[in-house]
Amino acid sequence: MILKVVFLLVSLFTVGSALMVVTHKNLFSSALFLVASFFGVAALYVLLEAEFLAVAQVLIYVGAIATLIIFAIMLTRGMMSGRTSPRNDQAAWAGLASVVLGLVLLYVVVFRVQWPVVEKPVPPDTIEQLGRALVGRYVVPFEVASVLLLAALVGAVLIAREKEV
Amino acid sequence: MVPLSWYLAVAAVLFVLGLFGVLSRRNAVAILMGVELMLNAVNINLLAFWRYTQPENVAGLVFAVIVLTVAAAEAAVGLALFIALYRLRESVNVDEIQLLKG
Repeated sequence: MILKVVFLLVSLFTVGSALMVVTHKNLFSSALFLVASFFGVAALYVLLEAEFLAVAQVLIYVGAIATLIIFAIMLTRGMMSGRTSPRNDQAAWAGLASVVLGLVLLYVVVFRVQWPVVEKPVPPDTIEQLGRALVGRYVVPFEVASVLLLAALVGAVLIAREKEV
Repeated sequence: MVPLSWYLAVAAVLFVLGLFGVLSRRNAVAILMGVELMLNAVNINLLAFWRYTQPENVAGLVFAVIVLTVAAAEAAVGLALFIALYRLRESVNVDEIQLLKG
């Protein structure tokens, strides 16, 4: 019971922040609401008993990605203020399409499908197993992800570099 | 325990909000924020299915970790592109970027 109340509060916070992210006029405030939303998602991970992912979420999303986004907003200044409309001229259609897709998704996942749920506890050594799996059975995706990260970071430096003419 | 469908509903709402951000915003950084919201929604789904169907199998967690990594790489490259674009055009509004238009 108490878990449900906590879940409802956390998801209300997450969805509310996400709504502010996509509707707020000021881009910088949007970025700060995005941070709040990331924290809410981390709390949902804790409720799902995926503590490692919750910590990784805070470290990577809040610590790295949100900081990067705020840096990018500041470096591309002048676009932050409400001088021109933050929305494009297809915003009404976008809203309509999103609402329709949302209603269809909600109808399907909540009412239509019977999910095959099992009530099993999470094993206490999950994090150890995750570490072993990442360097054992799933070593190829792990290494591909690290090469991808390296390539992306080198590429980001190369793209954003000031070219001496 | 909280029913699985509640998590799926929250993830669906989060995904749709991100989609709306991607489709309706003019600023490229705001579009990227929408993409991040969608990736978060996907990760909630992955972890919810892991927890409610096979909590003894870590494949769901591995999948979520890989998605997290790819999201970080995508954000780094995307923001570098926007900064390069801003140097070139003094704007990151996607409807003003029409270099290929003759």
